[in-house]
Amino acid sequence: MNVTDAVDLAEAIRVRRVTGRETTLAALARVSARDPALNCFTAVLAEQALRDAERVDELVAAGLDPGPLAGVPFAVKNLFDVAGLVTLAGSKINAGDQPAPRDATVVGRLRAAGAVLVGALNMDEYAFGFTTENTHYGPTRNPHDETRVPGGSSGGSAAAVAGGLVPLSLGSDTNGSIRVPAALCGVYGLKPTYGRLSRSGAALFGISFDHVGPLAASVRDLAAAYDVMQGADPTDPVCAGRAVEPCGPRLGEGIGGLRIAVADGHFASKGEPAVLAAVASVAKALGASGRATIPENDRARAAAAIITASEGASLHMEDLKTRPFDFDPMTRDRFLAGALVPGALYVRAQRFRAWYRERVREVFREVDVLLAPTTPFPALRIGQDTIMVDGVTMLARPMLGHYTQPLSFIGLPVISVPVAGGGPLPLGVQLVAAPWNEAALFRVAAALERDGVVAARVRP
Amino acid sequence: MSAHPDPAEVGRYVDESAPLIGLPIPRECREGVVRNLTGLLAAGFLLAELPVGDTETAPVFEP
Repeated sequence: MNVTDAVDLAEAIRVRRVTGRETTLAALARVSARDPALNCFTAVLAEQALRDAERVDELVAAGLDPGPLAGVPFAVKNLFDVAGLVTLAGSKINAGDQPAPRDATVVGRLRAAGAVLVGALNMDEYAFGFTTENTHYGPTRNPHDETRVPGGSSGGSAAAVAGGLVPLSLGSDTNGSIRVPAALCGVYGLKPTYGRLSRSGAALFGISFDHVGPLAASVRDLAAAYDVMQGADPTDPVCAGRAVEPCGPRLGEGIGGLRIAVADGHFASKGEPAVLAAVASVAKALGASGRATIPENDRARAAAAIITASEGASLHMEDLKTRPFDFDPMTRDRFLAGALVPGALYVRAQRFRAWYRERVREVFREVDVLLAPTTPFPALRIGQDTIMVDGVTMLARPMLGHYTQPLSFIGLPVISVPVAGGGPLPLGVQLVAAPWNEAALFRVAAALERDGVVAARVRP
Repeated sequence: MSAHPDPAEVGRYVDESAPLIGLPIPRECREGVVRNLTGLLAAGFLLAELPVGDTETAPVFEP
């Protein structure tokens, strides 16, 4: 039995090869042993987790269905509401809030499927960052090189899976915050279509393109988590009222009939050679020789930055006015600047967004799945401010969103897959589809995983 | 080549506009705020250079 495989674990618990309680105790022991170095967790819910695990064991003993994720330990970025826990969203300011009265919708759905919540995970303050260098709670460290960042803002979520602490986690993604850490930690991360999964009970950041989604160590686990979280939610006005479209049953379909192409231009520039080689290896394995061009990605990044800064600042305006020094220095000046963005600029960015969406829709009339790098380089050193890109010194942290930001800007579904082999630090490749076509992404990811082209790197 | 806002002018905009919305900018933060806002305004200039026609962006509102 592989303790880093969620579906395997659930099956073992259902057939009583191991109990939920034993599984949870083992996960808590791994957290105790490894988290002091990695700093993924901001709260560990040992008592609650053991109670939930024992309830799973009782259901199994009674011959009742404990759910598809029975007894699977998981943890969530600390911007998700967890009943009884203060929702920090990476901030010191929120630490004074009342505990959340109920679970976020997606947290509740995972628990209803039998999964056992073991804690809350570190992140960039209010999700405004790509590195999880959180001043209040300390930096989370990359399990593959503890001197390096795990990516962000869902860095705790990626590092907890890659570090072998839990097999499954939840993150959120506004400009790349699931995909970037998934890539830098060598795990799978899904940013579904905008509106696919409920954001209810998740602290928001950029409301125009906030998404939530799972991170896992296998495609099957990613699908298992995604499938149980799908479905309409009247408490989230953004959540689409679409029927559940399970992807787990489709993993074995293969890639037959799918038109797959490599994104060129912006998505083939500014990456280190190993990054572009990773895309080429995935393309070769898929027999994808075609190219597709999405236009105006620099402007897409520009517009996404304006909207994010403006919407993010508006959510925190009162605190920016009254207690600016309680913000993390890593985010404070950016939030303050966002508060001063002229309204006309914000509207201009939204108008561009609608234009850009139409151009990308045209691309997806010819293609089903696009391939693009996830980040231009592997994990940065903690504290690293700059990096050389094409002979030019650039600010390192914003560059991490070079390939992810244009895609979340218009809500496309994306899976970041961890490329097998390569150097000592993991790299990811984005599989990108038209809105609502997550199933195509899962088919491609499963085929790549089966053929050994992609594989999660998880500490044994 | 995109126009770039003059940081000195952005500084004046920060100094004059922030108080009007009740947003004090701490002295220690001013340089970082000006730098970041200069970047956001430059992003706006970049967008202004591309005509997007009469693209409709009204949010959907159901009364």
